[in-house]
Amino acid sequence: MSVLELANISKHFGAIQAVNDVSFSLEAGEVVGLMGDNGAGKSTLVKMIAGNFRPSHGTMHLEGKELVMHKPADARQHGIEIVHQDLALCNNLTAAANVYLGRELRRGVGPFRILDYAAMYKRAGQLFAELKSETRPRDLVKQMSGGQRQAVAIARTMLSQAKIVLMDEPTAAISVRQVAEVLNLIRHLRDQGIAVVLISHRMPDVFDVADRVIVMRRGRKVADKKIASSSPEEVTGLITGAIEQVA
Amino acid sequence: MAVTLDQTIAQKQHTFLSRLFANQTFWVVIAVILACLFLSFATDSFATSKNLFNITRNVTFVAIVALGMTFVIITGGIDLSVGSVLCLCSMVLAVTMHAGYSIEIGILATIATALAIGAFNGVLIAYLGFPPFVVTLGMLSVARSLAMVASNNTVVFQFGPDHQKLLALGGGAWVFGIANPVLYMIILALITGFILRWTKFGRHIFAIGGNEHAATLTGVPVKQIKVAVYMISALSAGLAGIIQTGWLGAVTTNLGTGMELQVIAATVIGGANLAGGVGTALGAIVGAALIEVIRNSLGLLGINAFWQGTFIGGAIILAVLFDRIRNFRRSD
Repeated sequence: MSVLELANISKHFGAIQAVNDVSFSLEAGEVVGLMGDNGAGKSTLVKMIAGNFRPSHGTMHLEGKELVMHKPADARQHGIEIVHQDLALCNNLTAAANVYLGRELRRGVGPFRILDYAAMYKRAGQLFAELKSETRPRDLVKQMSGGQRQAVAIARTMLSQAKIVLMDEPTAAISVRQVAEVLNLIRHLRDQGIAVVLISHRMPDVFDVADRVIVMRRGRKVADKKIASSSPEEVTGLITGAIEQVA
Repeated sequence: MAVTLDQTIAQKQHTFLSRLFANQTFWVVIAVILACLFLSFATDSFATSKNLFNITRNVTFVAIVALGMTFVIITGGIDLSVGSVLCLCSMVLAVTMHAGYSIEIGILATIATALAIGAFNGVLIAYLGFPPFVVTLGMLSVARSLAMVASNNTVVFQFGPDHQKLLALGGGAWVFGIANPVLYMIILALITGFILRWTKFGRHIFAIGGNEHAATLTGVPVKQIKVAVYMISALSAGLAGIIQTGWLGAVTTNLGTGMELQVIAATVIGGANLAGGVGTALGAIVGAALIEVIRNSLGLLGINAFWQGTFIGGAIILAVLFDRIRNFRRSD
């Protein structure tokens, strides 16, 4: 059974058809590259999965159950986590504080509950070790490299039992070495049985790490195929429209 | 020996000392201590118990309001209305008690007034997206005008049946001869410090100041928290108003005029960043202390009182200068 199944999803804003009759499914432990030019509908599609928008038409099923979400918090509750393009980190807080932002651990009873610093440092440290990232939980995020910042944002998705992780342009503005680090983090999530959707403009990254590529153009899905049976040339053609559509 | 990943992760980058030396509050404490030492030797009148009693008590009103202001400034906001809110709250207390009500009812009415004003500021800022500067500037004018309306612009110095209780509350020294306002300040500072460091609410305040968008995305209730910080700020002004009324024994409609600038100065000198994300309870107190010591010393050293503004303004600029120098080094 697929983790997530989208059937005939459409979204229009007034007269603008942002996403038009898109269907696809995600399997556990699979990395799917979602590609397309600016305005192709990638972000709108992802925002529907993340609970920011409700589809105008079509249905979504999570592990066989119909999924209706009204706000981003609903998505998180269902095990759908997002790594935002700007990472959504607070520079003035420590790595551990950022990992736990919005779901801080506390100890004590009733109204007398205080932040459990020790437990948060410990668990954040374990997550960074799992991610094989040299990130210290007590360091402020403002002193960190791009790769470490990515690790903090990704560690956040591992706090709960995530089923799906959506990553919006995670390799857009970082150095070559850090890109390799981030791709490793993605493989790590996949090995844990998490379905990863990688939204990216960067062809080499998608071909490096993804199992499957979905190409969008003008709100429609124009390709959905195994990476092994595609090529960067073909995908470029699909994005620009030089190739109309492939099965 | 090879360093493993686990060792790297477990490593603490900063020692206690390095963190202390990078802390603006620490340097302000040093400055206050040095100033006090210097004044003790340079003048005969500084280190007298009467003068120290005066200084500590004078610090408290600015410091208490600065504690509330710290919450607002950490979120990246500002509250210009505190001086006027203090005046209005004092006046509400005075008028209520003058009309024959008990001190309990007077204090309840005062706190209700403060919270209502804070909620009004906060809702406009958080839910309607008004700039904090504009809303609280408007409230600065409104609150003082309401204080004049409430008292018909007269001086109130008779507080009804509980007159003595109120004077004892603000002017007494119930424990070890320490002035009551100082006790209140210490208690409020401990509460503030606890909230900022140990509660989820405190953590979220810092998150909002660091990156409001990120806080929203991660599910922090940003709007409710913003309303709460403006209510806390107004509440601290209200409490300072109650205490100051008890201490002065009279309320005029120019009480707290220009106080917002002293309060903001104290907060900033103590290490809070007006851009948000940084600030401590201790910082607010020592910032207020430094300002008061400067003020006091100018008088004792026989320097013309007209110079006061120059010295206090200089201290503000100097404090921010240190912060800038640290940032230049970091941004390389």
